[in-house]
Amino acid sequence: MRRIWLTFLPAALLAAAVVVGAQAAGAKTTLSLVAYSTPKDAYGKIIPAFQATAAGKNVSFDQSYGASGDQARAVAAGLGADVVALSLAPDVSTLVKKGIVPGNWTKNPYRGMVTDSVVVFVVRNGNPKHIHTWADLTKSGVEVVTPNPFTSGGARWNVMAAYGAERAQGKSDKEAIAYLKKLFKNVSVLPKSARDATSVFATGKGDVLLTYENEAIYANKKGVHIEYVLPKQTILVENPVALTKSGLKHPEAKAFLKFLWSSKAQKLYGDTGYRPVLKSVYNRGKYKFKQPKTLFTINSKALGLRGWKSVQYRFFDHNSGIMVKVIGH
Amino acid sequence: MGGGIARGMAIGYLSLIVLVPLAALIWASRANGLGSFWTEVTKAEAASALKLTLVVAVLVAAFNALAGTAIAWVLVRDSFPGKGFVNAVIDLPFALPTIVAGLVLLQLYGPNSPFGVNLAFQRAGIVLALLFVTLPFVVRAVQPVLLELDREMEEAAESLGARRFAVFRRIVFPNLLPAVLSGVALAFARAVGEFGSIVLISGNIPFKTEVSSVYISGQIESGNAAGAAAVSVVLLLISLAVLLMIGAFRHWMTRHDR
Repeated sequence: MRRIWLTFLPAALLAAAVVVGAQAAGAKTTLSLVAYSTPKDAYGKIIPAFQATAAGKNVSFDQSYGASGDQARAVAAGLGADVVALSLAPDVSTLVKKGIVPGNWTKNPYRGMVTDSVVVFVVRNGNPKHIHTWADLTKSGVEVVTPNPFTSGGARWNVMAAYGAERAQGKSDKEAIAYLKKLFKNVSVLPKSARDATSVFATGKGDVLLTYENEAIYANKKGVHIEYVLPKQTILVENPVALTKSGLKHPEAKAFLKFLWSSKAQKLYGDTGYRPVLKSVYNRGKYKFKQPKTLFTINSKALGLRGWKSVQYRFFDHNSGIMVKVIGH
Repeated sequence: MGGGIARGMAIGYLSLIVLVPLAALIWASRANGLGSFWTEVTKAEAASALKLTLVVAVLVAAFNALAGTAIAWVLVRDSFPGKGFVNAVIDLPFALPTIVAGLVLLQLYGPNSPFGVNLAFQRAGIVLALLFVTLPFVVRAVQPVLLELDREMEEAAESLGARRFAVFRRIVFPNLLPAVLSGVALAFARAVGEFGSIVLISGNIPFKTEVSSVYISGQIESGNAAGAAAVSVVLLLISLAVLLMIGAFRHWMTRHDR
């Protein structure tokens, strides 16, 4: 028995020293942010801005970026996270189901959504194929590039934008689904993710790329000249953030989340091409975005969109989803 | 005694690294019952991806058998300036992250190809990417055997009047074949599981250019982990059968050495 004690004594001493040392260093907190890859540059500016405030003074961050679905699965499987920033609400729902994020994460003035964007058409310079409307995408000889909605959760925004745009133009549910079939006949490649789709389009494949406005704006800011068309009808893309149960234990994490909806952080998001969700920032000065004629959301019931849960099942179920047939011909 | 410990450690290590994960995969694949396993693996899209994967893997392995042996031959038997450099370059496809390999190949052999060769978004593009990532296997398996091969045997045969082709067929080839087969088996296995280098250049069109690894990643993204595991298990079983066949043939080839 004594021997066992002796074996563990050094380890115990070391542990004690670490704890004492950490306290001596003065309430330094490390928060872990797990996010999808697109807002990486935004967080590169938002985090230092937060650390410059009184609430963020002694907070450091572990940051992880990757595909939204992969990140959600990693957190579900045990990757430590205090704050999650994902590209669409169903990825947060995955964490709610696992009991990692509390079910009331949407109970705030912004329903848990921290940035907005819209689905746009990126075209070749000078728009040689004259692509302006959703109907133009189905013309013969037009090649469309969009990520595969089964491998990319984010690509589901594109599909729902196409469906909703048809409904917004007075088409029936049946006609809108027929439109999807026609659209995907013109889709000649289905890259795995939005970034892959951009790479493929950049190598010269296709006439039009379905993507988010923030991607197009950001590419232009980085010096890659990209021309894009805002269709008359499009979907409002909404990106969620949430605190996990472990994050809720840290007042610093709560302060960080609150900071994300401050005008300072919202402007920084806006600088990387996102539409700020804060009314006082959105559509002021340089954050003035072009408004489409009809902007709908994933919850526009009049257009047959009854939220992600219903859409995921109806369109993207791996067995019976409409898109299985649309893509598989 | 020492042998027993070494064996125990080897088996323990193998279990932790390979056997337990494989067992867990098989376990996951039957999570929704055997009926659902069958439904998953016989779905038209899954079956088509599986078929494409195996066909391109066999093609790539066969091509590697020829090209890899030829490269090894040149590296061992020829001498030319820069040979050491070429020898070092052979392994680079292993070091390059496969997604980068895919992107580079897409830029060189895609729609904007500087050589005017567009293989992207069709099956040929998949074969190209796989040839790139599997290049070292046969070369590295054959090279040491070729180095060890007794030149006197060939010289003796030639002095007895054998033509060069007869020397190759009767002496060199039988000696090299077991090594070629090990290289081919490795290249095949790698080609079956490859993801990163293919995912960009193939275009991932179901029933046309979608390979199993990409199909499986789609199933995972759609929340169908059991389906993904089921297709993976079938892929593994078929690969295992092919590898066992190659191994048995190799065993039979080298029967005189034992």
